[in-house]
Amino acid sequence: MSLAEIQHRFVAALRDPQANLDALIAQGSGRGLEVYRHAHGASLRACLAETFEKTHAWIGDDAFEAAAGAHIAAHPPRGWSLNDYGEGFAAELDRLHPDDPEIGEIAWLDWALRRAFDGPDSPEPDPTTLANLDWDCAVLTFAPTLAWRPVISNAAAIWTALAEVTPPPAAQRLDATADLLVWRRGFSPLYRTVSGPERLMIRSALEGRDFSTMCEALAKEASDDDAIEKAGALLTQWLSEGLVVGAAVLKAGAAEGL
Amino acid sequence: MTSHRLTPSAGFGLGLRPPHFADFMAGAVEVDFVEVISENFMVSGGRPLHVLERVREHYPVAMHGVSLSIGSAAGLDRDYLRRLKSLADRIEPVWISDHLCWTKAQGVQSHDLLPLPFTEEAIEVVCRNLAQAQETLERPILLENPSSYLTFAGDQMPEWAFLTEIVRRSGCFILLDVNNIFVTATNHGFDARTYLDALPLDRVRQIHLAGHSVGRDGLLIDTHDAPVREEVWELFAEVKARCGPVLTMIERDDDIPPLDELLQELERGRAAPGRPTATMERAA
Repeated sequence: MSLAEIQHRFVAALRDPQANLDALIAQGSGRGLEVYRHAHGASLRACLAETFEKTHAWIGDDAFEAAAGAHIAAHPPRGWSLNDYGEGFAAELDRLHPDDPEIGEIAWLDWALRRAFDGPDSPEPDPTTLANLDWDCAVLTFAPTLAWRPVISNAAAIWTALAEVTPPPAAQRLDATADLLVWRRGFSPLYRTVSGPERLMIRSALEGRDFSTMCEALAKEASDDDAIEKAGALLTQWLSEGLVVGAAVLKAGAAEGL
Repeated sequence: MTSHRLTPSAGFGLGLRPPHFADFMAGAVEVDFVEVISENFMVSGGRPLHVLERVREHYPVAMHGVSLSIGSAAGLDRDYLRRLKSLADRIEPVWISDHLCWTKAQGVQSHDLLPLPFTEEAIEVVCRNLAQAQETLERPILLENPSSYLTFAGDQMPEWAFLTEIVRRSGCFILLDVNNIFVTATNHGFDARTYLDALPLDRVRQIHLAGHSVGRDGLLIDTHDAPVREEVWELFAEVKARCGPVLTMIERDDDIPPLDELLQELERGRAAPGRPTATMERAA
């Protein structure tokens, strides 16, 4: 039997406890195969438990074990980094708990914070360049670690309480759909729920719209002067929290600025 | 055999693990080198790379991987090799090591060090992959003997002959894990000294020491969660007496004790009698 065939059958047997390798392995090696089977499953379970620590704390051992088992059975690890294995676990929890949206949303937050932790570094904003930009035409540059998703529950509040080891609030539906943002400033992964005009502005920016178009979302709810003041305050906040790391004026396909 | 040169160095070190990051970043630990798990730092950015660069300012760093999969019949992952080289170029390690095993097949990653059959075909596959890896990385590789829990019906030779032939043909070097020899020898019922007698010990550049545990069915398991066992210390004393200058370290990945405890354990390794050698110098 070729090495390729041996490896094919061996890796399949790792994931199938019924698979029989008696013709492949030496006599008496069955208990050794069980060691490898156990190590494979244990490493994936440990990875999910470590990455989704708050999710685990929220749903408890039994529900987490069931979800991890379902995920491991359906998703063989494909990447060389174990850090990648949590991809799709939040969606698995959404599928398993359709009536408890906070579970999948907490899991998404666990995952996004883990990805932000060692994701690409942000460039340092240049205050001089920013001060001299034609802001009406400027397009914002977000932290390269930024991830976002719509949420309908108070998942972020629950996650915060679990992180602070305080009693978490009961799961609740939000009054209106919001977006949960995750990014990293310096070495610190951050998260925040945004709603209302700020959410619309950020979505507009993520679609590549310039700053004046973004501000239209504010203008619908306030006078022009108030909208400009509010937009300036939000931009200052985004820069200070490292959510926005630069801006550029796009001219005929070329960027001017950061 | 491809010709690679790797100057032997003597010294004692520890693995860089999160509970001890601050101590190593401050250069406050009396070791001659540190070893890192390569994959933990093959990332885009953030705190891990910052930690590693600060540590590198104080210590020589050996890069030790778990996902090269040098024994994969389907060949190596080019993206993995590219990322590994990028980290090596950034850190300028003492050397790069991984295990004589395989970790992927049919696109599935085992995330465990799987055993190779000891066959001529497997030797050819490993040597072909080693040639690609050493050429891409522009550095020689050290291969570590893994712990083994089973053997294959089609084995054509013992593990020591398998490893020796790979070293002879590829020109790679050896990271000798003394605990793994003990674990494998016990699990498969051979004398660990037979293994040592057969190896080209002049190709050993690094030694691993670690603790193991006894599994439910009596097999020894390489768990890295306990102090080095007495039997392994005894075997190490023989290795140290037979080898030239090597870097020796203790691996601890679970139930990680305070640094002082590990340093005290490492001191036992220093104190073991061996051939006299010059100790490598720290970077700063």
